[in-house]
Amino acid sequence: MAHADDASLHEPQSFWTRYVWSQDHKVIAIQYACTAIVVGLVGVVLSNLMRLQLGFPGQFEFINAERYYQFVTMHGMIMVIYLLTALFLGGFGNYLIPLMVGARDMVFPYLNMLSYWVYLLSVLVLIASFFVPGGPTGAGWTLYPPQAILPGTPGNTWGIILMLVSLVIFIVATTMGGLNYVTTVLQARTEGMTLLRMPLTVWGIFVATILALLAFPALFVSGVMMLLDRTLGTSFFMPALVSMGQVTNYKGGSPLLFQHLFWFFGHPEVYIVALPAFGIVSDLISVHARKCIFGYRTMVWAIIAIGVLSVIVWAHHMFVAGMNPYFAFFFATTTLVIAVPTAIKVYNWLLTLWRGDIHLTVPMLFALAFVCTFVIGGLTGLFLGNVSVDIPLSGTYFVVAHFHMVMGVAPLLVVFGGIYHWFPKVTGRLLDDRLGKLHFWITFLGTYAIYFPMHYLGVLGMPRRYHNFDGYQFIPASAHSLNVFITVAALIVGAAQLLFLFNLAWSAWRGRLADANPWRAASLEWQTPTTPPRHGNWGPQLPVVYRWAYAYSVPGAPQDFIAQNAPPEAGSAEPEPYEAKGAPA
Amino acid sequence: MTSATVLSGGALERPDAAAGQAVATGLWMFMGVATVLFSLFLMAYVMRMDGAEGYPIAMPWQLWLSTGLLTAGSVMMQRASVAAQAMRWSRARTLLLAGGACALAFLGVQLWAWQVLHALHVVPAGNAAASFFYLLTALHGLHVAGGLVAWAVTARGLLRHATRSVWRMALCARYWHFLLAVWAVLFATLGWLTPEVVRLICGTG
Repeated sequence: MAHADDASLHEPQSFWTRYVWSQDHKVIAIQYACTAIVVGLVGVVLSNLMRLQLGFPGQFEFINAERYYQFVTMHGMIMVIYLLTALFLGGFGNYLIPLMVGARDMVFPYLNMLSYWVYLLSVLVLIASFFVPGGPTGAGWTLYPPQAILPGTPGNTWGIILMLVSLVIFIVATTMGGLNYVTTVLQARTEGMTLLRMPLTVWGIFVATILALLAFPALFVSGVMMLLDRTLGTSFFMPALVSMGQVTNYKGGSPLLFQHLFWFFGHPEVYIVALPAFGIVSDLISVHARKCIFGYRTMVWAIIAIGVLSVIVWAHHMFVAGMNPYFAFFFATTTLVIAVPTAIKVYNWLLTLWRGDIHLTVPMLFALAFVCTFVIGGLTGLFLGNVSVDIPLSGTYFVVAHFHMVMGVAPLLVVFGGIYHWFPKVTGRLLDDRLGKLHFWITFLGTYAIYFPMHYLGVLGMPRRYHNFDGYQFIPASAHSLNVFITVAALIVGAAQLLFLFNLAWSAWRGRLADANPWRAASLEWQTPTTPPRHGNWGPQLPVVYRWAYAYSVPGAPQDFIAQNAPPEAGSAEPEPYEAKGAPA
Repeated sequence: MTSATVLSGGALERPDAAAGQAVATGLWMFMGVATVLFSLFLMAYVMRMDGAEGYPIAMPWQLWLSTGLLTAGSVMMQRASVAAQAMRWSRARTLLLAGGACALAFLGVQLWAWQVLHALHVVPAGNAAASFFYLLTALHGLHVAGGLVAWAVTARGLLRHATRSVWRMALCARYWHFLLAVWAVLFATLGWLTPEVVRLICGTG
C-alpha cells in the first residue's frame, strides 16, 4: 500500500501559487483548456468572417482579398495547433493522466507549469501578429515557401516572422508537456495499474504524445529554417527567383524540402488530435452504454498501429507537387492501410454499443456523433488517398469538406463530449442537460449542413482558396445559393457555441451539485476521496488497482459497475479478458 | 513504483531512486526528441546538398580542438559519475567541474571557429553548406548550454547533499556522451559528406 505525508501540510497556501503559478496538474489543465478555448473562439470568429465573404461577396468591404487570406491562415493554424493540440494534450492530458493512472501529479510538476506559460507566450505572440504592420500572415496554414515570405503575400513582413516564432515557442511548450505525460505514464502508475489496465483515454493521449514528440521537431526544423530565410537571407527553401520584377538574392533552395518537412509533421498531427479523441470516445461509449469496451487489446494495438502508420504517409499531401510514381504508390498504399486499424476501432465501438444499456446523455450523444462523423470523414479520405482521384479533387472544396469533417468537427465533438463528461469531476457540478442537448443538436446538424454541401461543391469543381467566385462561368448559380446556405449554417453553429460557454460559466457556479461519481464510472479518476480532487488527488493513501477500467454490468456484482480500485470481494467474476501480469489478485 | 511517494512544496518529490528513475526516463525521451530533430536537419542538409550548389565548406582546425574538448568533458563526466558512486566526493567534485569547464571551453572554441570562417567571408547567407554549418553549430551550442544548466544544478546539489547527487551525475555523464555523439555526427557530416555520397543517397548520381 502506498503512503504519503499529510498532503494538506504541503498544499500551496497563497492565491498565486494555488491558481496562477500552480504546479498542480489539475489547475494547469484548466489553464490550458481556458486559453485554448479563448483562442479557439478567435478561430471560430475568423471562420465566420470568411464565410460571410463567401456567402455574401462584396457585402462586407472590410473583408478584402488580403484580409480573407489572413483569416484563412490564422483560422487554420489556430484550430489545428493552438486549440486542438493544446486542448487534447495540455487540457485533457494534464487533467486525466495522473488521475487515471493513480498518481499524485505529473512527475515533473515545475516543468509542467513552465509548459503552460510557454504555451501562453506562443499564443500571445501569435495574437500579436494581428496588431503589427501588415497584419498576420496570409500564406495559408501550410506556410508554403517561396510565397510565404515574398512580397505580394499578406503579412510577409512581421506577420510571417511572428507566426514562425510563435510555432517554435509552441513546440518548446509541447515538448516540455509531452516529456511529462510520457514519463508519468511510464513511471508514476499506481500499484496494480499495468499498462493493459489503463483506460483507452490514457492510451490515446500517451501514443499521441509520443507522436507529437517525434513529429513536432519537423515543424521546428522547417520553422527555424524559414525564419532564417526570411530574416538572414539564407536559401534553405528559397530558389533563385524574380519577385515583383526584382531579382532576389535567393538561390538554390528547395520549396519541396519544406513540403516534406511540413507534412512529416502535418500528417501525424491529424492523429495527434485523433488518437486522444479515439481514447476518450471509447471511454464515453463504455460508460454510457454500461458495457465493457469490446476488444480492449485490439483497441490498444489499433491505437499503436495508427500511430506508427501515420508517420509513413505524409507525402499523400504532396501528390499534386509531383513525385516518382512508385513513391506515390507507396504513400497511397500506406494511407489506405490506415483504414484497417481505424475500421477495427469503429467496429469495436459499434460492438460495445450492441445490446448495451445505452443512456443518451449529452456526452454519449457527442460520442455517437463523433463515430458517425469520423466514419464519413474517413470514407472521403479513401477517395483522396488515391492519387488519380486526389489530383482532380485536391484543389476543390471536397478537400475542405473532408478535412473539416475528420479533423475539425469530429475531434471537436469529442472535446465537447469530454467536457460534458468530466465537468462534474472538475467542478463538482453538472452542466445543464437541456442546454447541453440544444448545443449538441445545433452543433451536430449545423456542421453537417455546412460540410455535406461542400462535398458536392468540390465534385462540381469549385476551387478552394478563392476569395471571390464572381465571373467564373463554370460555377452555376445554384453553387452560389449553396454558399449562402453554408454561410447561414456556419453563423448559427458559431452562435450556438455561446450556449456552451454560457452553460460552462453558469453551471460552474449555479449548476446542480454532482456526487463524486455521477455517471457510475469504473475508472480511477471517479474514485478520488474528494470531488473536485484536492491537491495530491488521493489523500494519505494512493489507490491500489485490481482490474481494468471497463467492469460494467458484471453478472452477480452488487452494482452495474465495479471500480478499478474496489477490492476483489466487492465484485464477482474478474471481468478482465486476460491475465494482467504483476497485478494484485 | 509508487510505494513511497511524498508531497512537498506543491511539487511531487520522490525518494532518490524513484526520482532518478523518472528523470532518467525523461532524459531518454528528451534525447530521442533531440535525435529526431538533428536527424531531420541532417536529412534536410543531404537533400539540399543534392544540387548545383552542393559543395561542402572546409572545416577550420578549431573544430578539432572543440571536438577534443567535448571528448575530454565526456570522459571526465563519466569518471565523476564513477567517483560519486564510490562516494569519493572530492574527486567527483573536481571531475564534475572539469567536465563542465570543458563544455564551456567547447562553446568558446566553436565561437572562435565562427570568427575564423566569418573572416574568410563564409557567411550564413552564403552557400547551403555554410548556412547549415552556422545553423547546426548554433543549435548544438544551445544543446550544450542547456546541458550546462543541468550541470550547474548538479554541481550545486553535490555541494549541498552529496549522496543525493549520485544519480544526477550519472545522468549528466549520459547527457555529455550524447552531446559528443551528436557533435561527432554533425562534424563528420558537415566536413566529409561529399557531393558524390549525397547523390548516392538521393539516387541522383
